[in-house]
Amino acid sequence: MRQIPVEHTTLGNGLRVVISPDRSAPVVTVGVYYQIGFRLEPFGRSGFAHLFEHMMFQGSENAAKMEHIKQVNSSGGVLNGTTNYDITNYFETVPSNALERMLWLEADRMRALKVDDENLRNQRDVVKEEVRVNVMNQPYGGFPWLDLPPVAYRNWPNAHNFYGDFADLDAATLADVQHFFKTYYAPNNAVLLIVGDVEPAEGFAYAKKYFEDIPPGPLPPRVDVSEKPQTEERRGQVEERLGSLPAMAIGYQGPARNTPDWFRFAMLDGVLHGGRAGRVYRELVLEKQIAVDASGGFDTIESNGPTQMVTRIYHHPKYDSDATIGAFDAVIAQVREKGVAPAELEEVKVKFRSDFYSMLESGYGTSMPRFGLMHYLACFTLFDNDPQRINTILDDFQAVTPAQLKETAQKYLVPENRAVVLRVPVQKPELVASEAGAR
Amino acid sequence: MSLPAISDKTILPLPPLGPERPVSWARRTVRTLSNGLQVVVAESKFIPKLTAQLFMRSGNAVVAHRSPGLADMTAAVVRTGTASRSSRRIEEDLRRMGGDMSTTAGADSSAMGISGLAEFSQGLLDLMADLARHATLPVAEFEREQSQRLEDLRIDRATPGFLGSERLRRVLFGAHPYGTIAPTEEQVKSYTRDALAEFYRTYYVPAESLLLVVGDLDSNKTLDEVEKAFGSWKAPMPPVTARPELPEISGRRVHLVHLPGAVQTDVTVGNRAITRTDPNWLRLVLTNSIYGGAFHSRLVMNIREQKGYTYSPRSSAVPLRQHGYFTVHAAVRNDVVAASLSEMFYELDRMRALPVGAGELDDARNYLTGVFSLSAATQDGLLGQLSTVYLERLADDYLETYRQRVRALTAEDVLATARRYLDSKNAQIVVVGDQSVIGEQAALFGEVEVYDVNGNRLGSIS
Repeated sequence: MRQIPVEHTTLGNGLRVVISPDRSAPVVTVGVYYQIGFRLEPFGRSGFAHLFEHMMFQGSENAAKMEHIKQVNSSGGVLNGTTNYDITNYFETVPSNALERMLWLEADRMRALKVDDENLRNQRDVVKEEVRVNVMNQPYGGFPWLDLPPVAYRNWPNAHNFYGDFADLDAATLADVQHFFKTYYAPNNAVLLIVGDVEPAEGFAYAKKYFEDIPPGPLPPRVDVSEKPQTEERRGQVEERLGSLPAMAIGYQGPARNTPDWFRFAMLDGVLHGGRAGRVYRELVLEKQIAVDASGGFDTIESNGPTQMVTRIYHHPKYDSDATIGAFDAVIAQVREKGVAPAELEEVKVKFRSDFYSMLESGYGTSMPRFGLMHYLACFTLFDNDPQRINTILDDFQAVTPAQLKETAQKYLVPENRAVVLRVPVQKPELVASEAGAR
Repeated sequence: MSLPAISDKTILPLPPLGPERPVSWARRTVRTLSNGLQVVVAESKFIPKLTAQLFMRSGNAVVAHRSPGLADMTAAVVRTGTASRSSRRIEEDLRRMGGDMSTTAGADSSAMGISGLAEFSQGLLDLMADLARHATLPVAEFEREQSQRLEDLRIDRATPGFLGSERLRRVLFGAHPYGTIAPTEEQVKSYTRDALAEFYRTYYVPAESLLLVVGDLDSNKTLDEVEKAFGSWKAPMPPVTARPELPEISGRRVHLVHLPGAVQTDVTVGNRAITRTDPNWLRLVLTNSIYGGAFHSRLVMNIREQKGYTYSPRSSAVPLRQHGYFTVHAAVRNDVVAASLSEMFYELDRMRALPVGAGELDDARNYLTGVFSLSAATQDGLLGQLSTVYLERLADDYLETYRQRVRALTAEDVLATARRYLDSKNAQIVVVGDQSVIGEQAALFGEVEVYDVNGNRLGSIS
């Protein structure tokens, strides 16, 4: 693939600006990424980073509530914001004639939030329904992204409820909102990205025009996200209230970002997961037919702290969890003992490269072209201070050898480096009764 | 009250939109092979990949009267073996080419999608053709897929959103094939490998089928590769299936799917509407976007941003091939089920009673024309737009003229469309939740029929 053009600068107030031009369609994607995520939110304030993300749509100094959304939609664009482990992002894709307007809008809400108690109450209600629709009233809701952390980790930043306990959400005040904004939403804790139909010189000029006079703030205190070394397997169990299949998640702690082992571990993930050709799906679903579904993955570029490679298995009720883990362990043992043939690793690398390209092109449905490119550029900028990494990182993943892979499997795929959470269906007597009554 | 904002800067005014750059849709090369397969190729070169989709214009609807979901099951088993490749070989060949694949069926089509690195274009097309022409539907793989399907169904029927859609479709379309979106467990158990094989023989045929290929490719070379892979595919025309009449619907009715212990209620309001080939289709799309199809729409503004009843309210116009329907959906707090329904109907009736203002109309037209062109910038987005045009046999310049056709729509169009297709008077209400918690609220809107999650009628509340 050809080089991705990337230009970047830092404004006088510390805001980093990254531009990647591509004039092939009159469409541009704009994003602002703040270096605050649910992993980094203040102790005891579970769910605040996400609740706050909602507040960023509730009104800024010169754009009243809904004005931001109205301006993006009526310019012909779509928008969203998401809260992640280590970043919170706000982004919109629009026809490129709306670029300057988008920068005005993003600058306005970076400069000052203008929200009131009613906005906060409203969004607290909205967030609770979000948690209900995605977690509490959904089969396997929150599995395993909310289930694993409290079992796998001991340090609060990694281990707490990221969506937030309702009591913590209820305790949030308007003063907390403004304090959070002041602490984490300063320009020098953020990066602005413009990807797509933009002339870089023009993009930088707009950035300067709208953002440069936003005053910087003190950088937020660095959160210690480190974990003490794990010495034995960790286990937990969560009740499944709606679904009928027993499920489990197995998470192996991965190597630190950018270390040689990190690249190898990502290839190991490709060998084990990587679709239906991956060993876990092949063995558990296709061959032994213990599982109804099995999948997994290891977040690399977008994670900046302790990260697990996670396998999710939904298994037939006639196999108990021990039998299922036993079958999974046999897959792991195979890789640890025999390693992976060069041809298999080659296939995994081709698939990895192909997936990487797709991420660059879209990565967020079809209505947000280049979202993935923007996302990766933001992570390389905030975590590695090197947006040009977009053009070289693939080579490091592709350089992994079979011998390295085996060594990495032996080092990391051990029980004392993992956590297992079972999602156990509850019996539903009332449903059984109504079915019987209807017959 | 609001806290003081922290800035003393003179604020620049909101910048106007710049001059619009024309959207140039990729040129399409269209051929019909001698066996009747229509092929559409378009170039899109940001990444060195390609994506292709093969549609057979027969899906679950053609077998709904005897074996609902048989097309789904056939599609699932198609990828598990061909005359020359085992299941494992198929998946490894795919991975070797950096590929992803899906084999699916909807009401109106069976489809295969494949994507991968463009350097393997012939290999990817060959794999797709192999599955379309030489699938062996191995018995062991069929039995495995069948047992997985049973488990998936049990989970579907514990999923509020699924239960709401299933009930709404049954209510709107009755015994028509569109009235059934999933089989019962008994129906899945009654599938046979021979029935799958018969479906495959009858409906996986080149005539009436459509192949789209989009990517970093040379159109002429790709057409040669398509000819190599699909040119010698021969099979008889698929039969035409008669469709039963639709049920008569008059007056609002309420249908409650009882999900004991549900901590939220899934609310849907819907009525039958039109297909994409109807001359009023774009008018309905515009009307829907003002009502509840966009983030900045009346429904979202009302029940999310003002009242906080829900996270995810949205309305949509759903086009199937023979009929369409309009639907309003939100997952709401249990104590505001009646309040949410009141607001949904209030906003429907407001659309029917008053013409939309000039500013709101303008915003909505800009939204539609802008968003439509965003998809031109990705291979999958372009493939999606092309599949709409060619699968529905719309005009060749549908993409190119879309913006001007939307711009020509008026406030009178919206009012007339709302009066006709946002049919609040005869809309059907489906609520999925715990009857003991929401039954009384539901009954405020009419007589309530109560069902269990498997569709058995439990009784009524009046």
